[in-house]
Amino acid sequence: MTALDGDIAHLLAGSLVLVSFLLLYQDRMFALLNFFAVHACVLAFSVGWQALQRAPHLFITALIALVFKGVIIPVALHRIVVRLGIHRTIETVVSIGPTMLFGMALVALSVVVMLPVTQSSGVFVREDLAFALSVVLLGFLMMVTRRNAVSQVIGFMSLENGLVLAATGARGMPLVVEISVGFSVLIAFLVVGIFLFRIRERFDTVDLQALDMARGESA
Amino acid sequence: MIREWLTQLGQAALVLGLAPLLSGVTRKIRARLLRRQGPSIIQPYRDLLKLIRKETVIAENASWLFRAAPYVVFGTTWVAAALVPTFATGLPLSASADLIVIVALLGTARFLLALAGLDVGTSFGGIGSSREMMFASLAEPAMLMAVFTLSLFAGSTELSSISAYMLGPHAGLSISLALALVALVIVSLGENARIPVDNPATHLELTMVHEAMILEYSGRHLAVIEAAASLKLLLYLSLIACVFIPWGTAPSTDGTVAYAIGLGAYAVKLAGLGFLLVVFETAIAKMRVFRVPEFLGVALMLGLLGTIMLFVSRISR
Repeated sequence: MTALDGDIAHLLAGSLVLVSFLLLYQDRMFALLNFFAVHACVLAFSVGWQALQRAPHLFITALIALVFKGVIIPVALHRIVVRLGIHRTIETVVSIGPTMLFGMALVALSVVVMLPVTQSSGVFVREDLAFALSVVLLGFLMMVTRRNAVSQVIGFMSLENGLVLAATGARGMPLVVEISVGFSVLIAFLVVGIFLFRIRERFDTVDLQALDMARGESA
Repeated sequence: MIREWLTQLGQAALVLGLAPLLSGVTRKIRARLLRRQGPSIIQPYRDLLKLIRKETVIAENASWLFRAAPYVVFGTTWVAAALVPTFATGLPLSASADLIVIVALLGTARFLLALAGLDVGTSFGGIGSSREMMFASLAEPAMLMAVFTLSLFAGSTELSSISAYMLGPHAGLSISLALALVALVIVSLGENARIPVDNPATHLELTMVHEAMILEYSGRHLAVIEAAASLKLLLYLSLIACVFIPWGTAPSTDGTVAYAIGLGAYAVKLAGLGFLLVVFETAIAKMRVFRVPEFLGVALMLGLLGTIMLFVSRISR
């Protein structure tokens, strides 16, 4: 592998972290969905590049990411958002500035944690794992800071993208695991989609604070 | 030795002469993109001449600071612009052409301009100064973070060395560089009062920042401030060109031919960057003033992220 190949792998994995930040920054529903599609595409390119370099079976992973997460899920979520009539804005629990700072701290944390732990592994595994952990943590952060159910779903999906990046870094997954993960995400998405409509029917909103109230947690 | 000093002086003269032309060209392209005819590209020179000939009106309660500020602002901006390598690197002053020095010089200019805005005591000047300072409190750290990323990457804060490093075999693609570039672009949009942050073409908006500060100036003072503003735009574009598109720049030891190539390359780079700037400006709407800190905060965040990611990319080198 030449230096340029390594640089491109590094660039793509790093861009995934950057797009995670862009997801955190968006406060419009449609922009969020579009950036989620970009997130999936960057993941697909990153995995595809690694497939080109060393493991051709990773092309299937890249294809799954591109088709399912890059096209089908964003389009479906787009329709759901229109049908729910919530395409105006997302309410964030914490404002964007502090969220960003917190995100930076999480990225720093994952770099500090991952680099010493993986000292014996190859360079690309280490890079991928550090970036993948950041993407996962940023996905969690997204789920924590958003109140809207749809944006929480997006947080979950971006988290899953991070897991795929980690898996490709560490020698790649077996194909069976790969496909079943792809389908389980799709099924999770279906369940969540049905769930969204049920929440709306019950509470007239997809703001998850309504659930807290139903449980009697806050006034 | 003498030739190198002459080149340095030539560079200082070049940036001063070229700055209004750059403003003129960007205005012309902008007008053409909006399907207007637009003023001629040498209009900024005519404006400056006209302003110099005009009488200078000064408010009764203006202090010496108000009269001195334009010249100091112009001086510091000019020195900063002359330090950035344009067509040749390794000039005699390049040892002091340090990114941190440039940030400090621009900071001095900003400080004086804000003081001058407050000096007369009108409400417009005050609002301009307070907003400028609000933006500066985010733009300057963001600029410094981008500078740190670059200097950690290239191992120097000196622009000539950074430029040489970028041309060398060790540079390569890096996500940190991309982040630093975006951060630098955002900061330059903010610092030059360009569209998403401020509108350079208006005097009539309540959201204006830069124009509000200099509202009390007239005549030669205004001319000097306008010249400084166009120099600042040129400075940022040259900075980006020098670090991220260093090809074609001549080392000072080379001959006249290399200088000529360097000059041509510099003109092409400036024109290209100016064109991109204008296309971006016409494609985007101005944002609300209270949204600007978020925008500049993104630059700060990108700079920080670039620095963190540098530690990850370090392991592969």
